[in-house]
Amino acid sequence: MAMKKIALTQLEQLFAALSLTRKVYLPVEKAGQYDYAPWQPGLTYHPEVLHTVKSAKSVFFPQSEDLIRYKRAGLSLEISQQAPEDEEFVVFGVHACDVAGFEVLDRVFLSEPVDSYYKARREHGTVFSVMCAKPEETCFCGTFGIDAEAPGGDVQSWLADGVLYMEALTEKGEALLAAVSGIVSEVDDAGTQAAAETRAAHKAIMERLPLADLTTDGFGADAELLPLFNRPEWKELASSCLGCGTCTYVCPTCQCYDIREYNTGKEIRRFRVWDSCMYSDFTMMAAGTPRPDQMQRFRQRFMHKLKYYPDNYGGAFSCVGCGRCLQKCPISMNIVKVMRKLGGANHNDK
Amino acid sequence: MQRVSERVIARARELMREGTVNKVAGWKAGEFFYDCAPYVFESEESLKDLVYDRFCAANLSKYMIKNSVAAGAEGGKVLVLLKPCDTYSFNQLLTEHRIARENVYVLGVGCEGMCDIDRIREKGFKGITGVDENADGKTLTVHTLYGDGEVAIDDVLVNKCEFCKGKAHMIFDELISDNEDEGPRGDRFAGVRELEAMSPADRFAFWQSELSKCIRCNACRNACPACSCRKCVFDNDASGIASKANTDSFEEKMFHIIRAFHVAGRCTDCGECTRVCPQGIPLHLFNRKYIKDINEFYGEYAAGAEAGQRGPLINYTVDDIEPAAVSDKGGN
Amino acid sequence: MSVNADWKPRIVAFCCNWCSYAGADLAGSSRLAYPADVKIIREPCSCRVNPMFILKAFERGADGVILCGCHPGDCHYSTGNYYTRRRMALLFSMLDYIGVERGRTRVEWVSAAEGAKFSRVMNDFVAQIRELGENVKVGDLRCKE
Repeated sequence: MAMKKIALTQLEQLFAALSLTRKVYLPVEKAGQYDYAPWQPGLTYHPEVLHTVKSAKSVFFPQSEDLIRYKRAGLSLEISQQAPEDEEFVVFGVHACDVAGFEVLDRVFLSEPVDSYYKARREHGTVFSVMCAKPEETCFCGTFGIDAEAPGGDVQSWLADGVLYMEALTEKGEALLAAVSGIVSEVDDAGTQAAAETRAAHKAIMERLPLADLTTDGFGADAELLPLFNRPEWKELASSCLGCGTCTYVCPTCQCYDIREYNTGKEIRRFRVWDSCMYSDFTMMAAGTPRPDQMQRFRQRFMHKLKYYPDNYGGAFSCVGCGRCLQKCPISMNIVKVMRKLGGANHNDK
Repeated sequence: MQRVSERVIARARELMREGTVNKVAGWKAGEFFYDCAPYVFESEESLKDLVYDRFCAANLSKYMIKNSVAAGAEGGKVLVLLKPCDTYSFNQLLTEHRIARENVYVLGVGCEGMCDIDRIREKGFKGITGVDENADGKTLTVHTLYGDGEVAIDDVLVNKCEFCKGKAHMIFDELISDNEDEGPRGDRFAGVRELEAMSPADRFAFWQSELSKCIRCNACRNACPACSCRKCVFDNDASGIASKANTDSFEEKMFHIIRAFHVAGRCTDCGECTRVCPQGIPLHLFNRKYIKDINEFYGEYAAGAEAGQRGPLINYTVDDIEPAAVSDKGGN
Repeated sequence: MSVNADWKPRIVAFCCNWCSYAGADLAGSSRLAYPADVKIIREPCSCRVNPMFILKAFERGADGVILCGCHPGDCHYSTGNYYTRRRMALLFSMLDYIGVERGRTRVEWVSAAEGAKFSRVMNDFVAQIRELGENVKVGDLRCKE
């Protein structure tokens, strides 16, 4: 399908038109921070904002959601199950890293046993990606083979001189653009050229990023598990970890959740919430926790991203290099420091 | 700052070399110029990564709970670098018998205020690759992937430094500092007063908006030097409030009121909670409200000003203010 | 103000076993009425009331919370209520600070001999909560439905 375009100043009209038939999620500012939220009149897209605090995964896999409710009705239990999402929606403004994050989640939630809530949202959601405007020094999506200039999703787009150039990549994307055909316009050769130039300029920046030299050597499906697991450096890497859940909750690929119940006094609500392997009560069992100290929890998180996940899913890593944990960790410990310390080496020599 | 920094690092090496201490708790250089992490160095060789600069805001006091005991068990001593504000937290932990004082060598370090990389980013700098402190001592030149710029240090200070308590160390074994104590910087209760002056509806809207950002990552709790319980009530399933969810707006309010209440009278206003919050919630406004109320109701009290003080919430006088008087005072 | 015509205030009263709870008893045996909207929770001492209990009561839908203990100086355990007094002063001030109406929380000292005072205090508090209407700010939305 041919490329379409719209002026940045007209984006609100695009959102308004889309919201006639579906909910539109986009990064919205609240008290100084951006997170994905439904579009309302008056809101617009801010291309200068690189990252939302919570990644776009929160739209497909919300931090907490009800599963079932039950209450006593006479002698029996009245149980009502939360119906999976059945309305169309679009997530606008997702960057390449977060789009790649969806793929990481897909492999987990869409393989047996399929997560019906996640699946329903994936089916009803259309991803409208935008190439990031100005990558930060903390960005390293290239390390995981992500092409920031082709952000992917159902529709991908590029911003050049106040104009958003977009192209559909899937049927869903084509349907989306067809729905707004009265608002977007055709692109001439000059426009195609402008879009190509902004991509080229972006690529030049990506190559200059300070983390451009970071590699996954020493990790992944080919790495030897036990020698990596037993590396003595885990202790010093984890030594000052506070055990908070910041890295997990801002991560676009962390997928662990807990299922809990809440007694409202009238009924019980069973809901699921994001959980963090950094917490002391993570996977707590009757016999206690399998990872009693913070070093083990810390190691679990990074082994999962760099070794267990690749082992389970054909070599793909469970990190997309968005850099959120680099910016948000209270003590500035993060996956890059782990990879620098443990990467590249033959783990048996250590 | 640089002059102090060189002396601090040299002295830490020296103390390690001569065997006064066998470990040094400081800040370890990171991948970038601003991401140094708290770290306990165990050899003189490893000290090559020790840094002390404008980005060493993390308070190392809490690490002494574990490390002072460990140092004692190994028959050694751990040196800890404490900025003036950090010494309050250290004292408070001593008061609560959480640190084995005899195993710690406190090297007080002078401080001219720490910079917050997030606040530099908020000024519009993207892809920051370095900063240089200019000769005037008041501005930073910021280098980025997209060009250079300048920013006033005062505009990018960490919140706790914006309202610095003073440059005096409350406890130390040795001091390296060029600071003259000029007393507190700014009115740290100004933000609290501003809120108090609002209508209840506006106050509620303010907190609703701030707290609904909370992702319950517990960074504020875990970074807090006063939060040193072995098992937190919010992690205790039997407490009935151990919810991991931000399922409802009230959850966050309850969490944050209680978090601050549990450290009321013990909070030294070290500002770690606000500094670490990934959502930029001004959590210090809770803590400072409690501090302000305590000062007004029960007389001035500075937790951690000296070790061994009896905190206001484990104390009383027979003619204390009545809760009724509190709810009747002024406003709506 | 409440928009719900059927709304009846829900009041939680934490009462010290040694004084106010007996005061409530005396109010009853003296046939001094107080509204049935008040639900009494007996505590061994007002000092046992963790600030979290009060927040939890609000979370679960209380419209007002009142804490009754022995008069300062008369605590069964000598000093418990002195600590209560400090804690509640700070907690109530904090609740006000986040925008919750001040009238929703109260501490009263009611002795075992003050049945009449208990009845008067409860009548007064319930009237005050009626005036304030339904608590919409600090209730957990999940408990509202």
